[in-house]
Amino acid sequence: MNPSKFFHVKRKITSAVMMSLSLVATLIAVIPLILIFYYTISKGITYLNIDFFVAMPKPVGESGGGMANAIVGTLMLIGIGGAIGIPVGVMSGTYLSEFGNNKFGATVRFLTDVLSGVPSIVVGVVAYTLVVVPMKHFSAFAGGIALGILMIPTITRTTEEMIKLVPHSIREAGLALGIPKWKTTILIVLKTAWKGIATGILLGLSRAAGETAPLLFTALGNRFWSTNVMQPMASLTVYIYDYAKSPFEDWNNQAWTAALVLIIMISMLSLLFRIITRSKFKTK
Amino acid sequence: MDTKISVKNLDAFYGKNKVLKNISIDIPRNKVVAIIGPSGCGKSTFLRCLNRMHEVVGGTITGSILVDGEDLTKTDPVLIRKRLGMVFQKPNPFPTMSIFNNVAAGLRFNGVRNKKVLAPIVEKSLKQAALWDEVKDNLEDSGVNISGGQQQRLCIARTLAVDPEVILMDEPASALDPISTSKIEELIFELKKNYTIVIVTHNMQQAARVSDFTAFFYMGELIEYDKTTKIFTNPANKKTEEYVTGRFG
Repeated sequence: MNPSKFFHVKRKITSAVMMSLSLVATLIAVIPLILIFYYTISKGITYLNIDFFVAMPKPVGESGGGMANAIVGTLMLIGIGGAIGIPVGVMSGTYLSEFGNNKFGATVRFLTDVLSGVPSIVVGVVAYTLVVVPMKHFSAFAGGIALGILMIPTITRTTEEMIKLVPHSIREAGLALGIPKWKTTILIVLKTAWKGIATGILLGLSRAAGETAPLLFTALGNRFWSTNVMQPMASLTVYIYDYAKSPFEDWNNQAWTAALVLIIMISMLSLLFRIITRSKFKTK
Repeated sequence: MDTKISVKNLDAFYGKNKVLKNISIDIPRNKVVAIIGPSGCGKSTFLRCLNRMHEVVGGTITGSILVDGEDLTKTDPVLIRKRLGMVFQKPNPFPTMSIFNNVAAGLRFNGVRNKKVLAPIVEKSLKQAALWDEVKDNLEDSGVNISGGQQQRLCIARTLAVDPEVILMDEPASALDPISTSKIEELIFELKKNYTIVIVTHNMQQAARVSDFTAFFYMGELIEYDKTTKIFTNPANKKTEEYVTGRFG
């Protein structure tokens, strides 16, 4: 065999081997997701009925009931969290990318990265100390603050990165038209980066919706209907935690359903964001 | 000569680095002035000093720039940029906006919201930029789904819509094909009836075709400034002659 042909065959084999390895790695990455979906759907679907969305939890021993309070609670908690985390995250991300090219900016960037690595339960403890202890009782407000803090790093860094992707020429175009810098930043640069920023917000909200630990000693949980943000509030994740470790089979099954509903809610949120951020122009 | 812009002893810096040295030049009203010179000679910087865009990237200037006798260096840059519009090297329409909104952007973001007011201005600007016939049925389409040459004329229309007195063009045709380039050049010829135009160009044939006066910059200095025909046929300075005959640069 002549050498050039030998190397040609060798390269082809190497390429095929590497391709197969990458494919296997991809499958391994997807398997846990498939398993999660398979188990939550197969176990959760049995209790998934209208009652689950409209009824209240039943006392121990009685079967049936739903988690209406927890569904509304989760929505309210991520609502409060978002009301804190989205404006702070988007604005600080904007600052970092447009004005943060200095020592202060570098420090903030570093601290945001540290914050994103802080375990969520620690953030819960902080919210407990800062809000629950002075108020002397657990509250949805405290839970929302904990979730808001958890959202900030994700939203800040995504916003910064997305705004940095906007070409400098777009900013110059705005300024050269005699549009003041602040208007150029908000109405042109932020608007151009909006799709990416929305993805960051979605990631932040989804993460917050799935948090349990920071809610355990802030929003606590509530077996009754309550929309008072100054009182303890139920949430799906805390219900999953309580029901999954309970000795009652009925509750275990409802925990699966709660997990399924949570996944559905996050998927709906994701879908909603896609519709909102859909470009108004047809792509050619 | 009726002077529109009078630059006196202009020095421009990036940090400590002096990129323009003692530039004094008078730009006449309703004429086209071409700025030529090799890469790095400061011609783009000079243009960007005129509408104070030089400061956006952290530069500083000393000296004075008088427009109709008013010193620009002592005025709010936001106001200046409405009077001296700028067209950039690469077409840069706003990607999230429609063609209509791209043209209207300068007005809309300065408080003009009424579509009845905007529509005739948009139409007039697009007609002036020789783009109206090509886009009049697709005004609500994206400003980036048209060809590069159309995008550049869109950017010219966007500049015209804020009703400037001067148009600064920074190599407006260098990213375009020959047909689009000739369209832009015809446009410059039309526009000088109403506007004073300063154009930076790398292309000497273009400078010879479109301009009335030509300034040759070299190493941050203004070497020669005269009627275009004089610069290209009988330049006074040896460096100018070498450059326009293609012996360096």
